[in-house]
Amino acid sequence: MQFKTIKEINFGLVSKKFSVEELIKDTFALINENKVLNCFISLNKENALARAKKIKVSKDSHLLSGIPIAQKDLFCTKGIKTTCGSKMLESFYPPYSSKVEEALNAAGSICIGKTNMDEFAMGSSNETSFFGNVHNPWKKGFVPGGSSGGAACSVAAGLVPAATGTDTGGSIRQPAALCGLTGIKPTYGRISRWGMIAFASSLDQAGPICRTAEDCSILLDAMTGYDSRDTTSLNLDPTNTYADLNKSYENLRIGIVDEFNVDALSKESQTLFNESLKVFESLGASIHKISLPNINQSVPTYYVIAPAECSSNLSRYDGVKFGHRSLEAEDLESLYINSRSEGFGDEVKRRILIGTYVLSAGYYDAYYKKAQQVRRLIKNDFEEAFKDVDLIVSPTSPSEAFEFGSKGTQDPTELYLEDLYTISSNLAGLPALSMPHGFVNGLPVGIQLIGNYLEESMILNFANRFQQSTDFHNAKPTFEGF
Amino acid sequence: MSWECVIGLEAHVQLSTETKLFSRASTSFGEEPNTNVNLVDCGLPGVLPTVNKNAFYKAIRFGLAVNADINQTSLFDRKNYFYPDLPKGYQITQMELPIVSGGKVEIEIEGAKKIINLTRAHLEEDAGKSIHEGMAGTGVDLNRAGTPLLEIVSEPEISSAKEAVAYMKALHQIVTFLDVSDGNMSQGSLRCDANVSVRKKGDKELGTRTEIKNINSFRFIEKAINYEIERQIDVIESGESVTQETRLYDSIKNETRPMRSKEFANDYRYFPDPDLLPVMISDEEIEEIKAAFPEMPKDKFVRYQSEFKIPENDAQIISSSKNLATFFEECMENAKDSKLLSNLLIGDISSLLNKENIEITDSKLSTKNVSELVNLVSEGIISGKIAKTVLEETWDSGLSPIEIVESSGLKQIDDDDEIERIIDQIISEHPDQVSAYKGGKVKLFGFFVGQIMKATQGKANPASANKILKDKLDN
Repeated sequence: MQFKTIKEINFGLVSKKFSVEELIKDTFALINENKVLNCFISLNKENALARAKKIKVSKDSHLLSGIPIAQKDLFCTKGIKTTCGSKMLESFYPPYSSKVEEALNAAGSICIGKTNMDEFAMGSSNETSFFGNVHNPWKKGFVPGGSSGGAACSVAAGLVPAATGTDTGGSIRQPAALCGLTGIKPTYGRISRWGMIAFASSLDQAGPICRTAEDCSILLDAMTGYDSRDTTSLNLDPTNTYADLNKSYENLRIGIVDEFNVDALSKESQTLFNESLKVFESLGASIHKISLPNINQSVPTYYVIAPAECSSNLSRYDGVKFGHRSLEAEDLESLYINSRSEGFGDEVKRRILIGTYVLSAGYYDAYYKKAQQVRRLIKNDFEEAFKDVDLIVSPTSPSEAFEFGSKGTQDPTELYLEDLYTISSNLAGLPALSMPHGFVNGLPVGIQLIGNYLEESMILNFANRFQQSTDFHNAKPTFEGF
Repeated sequence: MSWECVIGLEAHVQLSTETKLFSRASTSFGEEPNTNVNLVDCGLPGVLPTVNKNAFYKAIRFGLAVNADINQTSLFDRKNYFYPDLPKGYQITQMELPIVSGGKVEIEIEGAKKIINLTRAHLEEDAGKSIHEGMAGTGVDLNRAGTPLLEIVSEPEISSAKEAVAYMKALHQIVTFLDVSDGNMSQGSLRCDANVSVRKKGDKELGTRTEIKNINSFRFIEKAINYEIERQIDVIESGESVTQETRLYDSIKNETRPMRSKEFANDYRYFPDPDLLPVMISDEEIEEIKAAFPEMPKDKFVRYQSEFKIPENDAQIISSSKNLATFFEECMENAKDSKLLSNLLIGDISSLLNKENIEITDSKLSTKNVSELVNLVSEGIISGKIAKTVLEETWDSGLSPIEIVESSGLKQIDDDDEIERIIDQIISEHPDQVSAYKGGKVKLFGFFVGQIMKATQGKANPASANKILKDKLDN
């Protein structure tokens, strides 16, 4: 059952090659054999097996019916521990489920467990998790990317066909790229944030990580749709990207961004990028140079806005109502200080401090307000660009997966540059996908497609066509060093 | 030396919506701790706020009533601070773009009118309550957390404690008539913070101000401000200077004292709440609110005189109180004599209310009972005098006046024959007084009336008794 896609498993279930129960049992066996990867924080074994017994799949069933799915551990799952990768929520059992969990349940899929992640989704290597590092299935001791590192790892290792992720600055796309998978962050507001533990509210967006663009479209369609509980949710019907895979998008104009300065990448990366552009052309697309004049301000802008929002969003973890409460507290002040000092890790603390600073009286105008203005400019740049092109293409991340502890230990901003190509679509709220397009030093790397607002169908359609004429998505990890 | 003071008030009005500002939990008062609380109110990880439009409609109604500008696009901001009864670690409020800007409130002090300008009025959520009594540690009750408040900020244009009270009473009248709030001060539905400073008469520059937090009665507003004015003058006259600080009023000791600096020394780090999109109010919505605008005191004052023909003074008193006006109007659906009713309301009923210092809505009086009482008098079933007795019984027991009259035989004696029989009896028992009367001591007429009322326990129809007595004595 390892390495199967949603479509393949669905075929197996419909044609009665195996039952849902067999599938789920097999999945847990696989997970057990691959414990070393550390991609799950908790498993939902009993519930999943009980649910598996009840689900009968026929050809009329939803394609996700009976499909095991790994939930990132920041989607609240009623009665199932939800930690957000933090000691702060080490024993938090939410009394309710997120919209994403509700929607996937309604489609008939089975939540297998909760995946490891950077603490409160803050990180690009999964190394900030309280629950330990996650290995990249391609090479032991190498990061899977982050923050949805456990999610990407669980799919890359073939344990589950699909996982949910969230993407605030690249947290779906970068781990998908580093693990050789396809992942999409839809337009901001497509997927309800109800029950998704917030990092930076104006940037957070959920999405799927799968082996193929086709699988991504199946999962995305099930996750999207209006939810009155989230005022930032778009009042639109769910996406219809799976059906739109058959649509023909002719003569797509694809933009490459001058300012992304791909020439500065390694020779191998450049070669891969140019080869992919050739494949695009062979699919009938035309390549155009475009300029996004303010794009290089993306990283500093992001690292003002995201910490500002997180500093406020994480204020609720005060040891009073839920989450970690220090045993060392003597009074209210020390309850706050000790609970938060003990409950949060370094990266989370760093961002809370940055965010508190940029919102402080006297600094607000110089930082937060200025960052919002730049964000507006970046958005305008994209809006201008999409008058001339249909999709924008770039590498997903500057490099392939790296060794544990090799980046950001001296200077944390080194890791912040991992998000160089991905962050701008969060700032602008645009849909963007990463898919595998080759290998550097034996490790997968990804290429990113950014679309205009609500153009998820176009992106997935094009990615699907790319995957029909390439083989990168079929590569299985070598488990080097395991 | 002559001093003047400058006062600005921040009034917090609890809106009378069924549910909270950002959740669907109930706002009802006095429930068991932590029962009016849902996922959103306790700020669980992953929850999101949704806006209660009714709170906006109420705020807009207030804005229209004080001729303010309504901001059809308004924003919510977060005010960040840690407190155990603040579940999210921030309060959602409006900083940059409040729903209401400007506006004017008219007050009257000893016949002189004055306009107090408003800076703004914005929506925000209330915090919960920390409970220290009756438990080992500190308890947190989140029932109130998320209750919608309208914070109404005045310009510093109030020049005395009396004006401050008049202003708060004017606000109270507006918000109660508009059904924006129940205005119940003892439950905290209307409270205020007062910014007070003093300066030498004629000075242009403002003195250093202090802020007195959370004053919750008209009486305390006056006392707290007067205390603070005196204190500041004393400080300055003794050669020191006033410290800008937040103070609390202690109503038992009648003094203000500074709050610990930790309780207010905060940088609130306001920024727009990214969980809430700007709230848009359409022209149509504003038109609908205007169309459904409730009748205000001035209109009621005029209507009561023309429609119900009650005296100007009665109309003035009844129309100025939302509770009295509502009570009066409901009574008029059944009461047959409007003047009797208004007289009863501003007379006997008001003195009972004043005696116990309560609002009519908190008494046992119902509109059904009061209109019944009015009709008993207007139909001549009981006398005005008996009516007072019946009112007191209804006041105490809440029983219906008809039942009281029937069960205690208080019905008026209208039967002329019976009255004549009683009068004959009295005349025969008092021959001396009869002779004196007939001899010219006409003042004794009152003595006989008194005897009749005594004999009938006040139930004799006074008109009939007078007529029959006069006939008997003069013949």
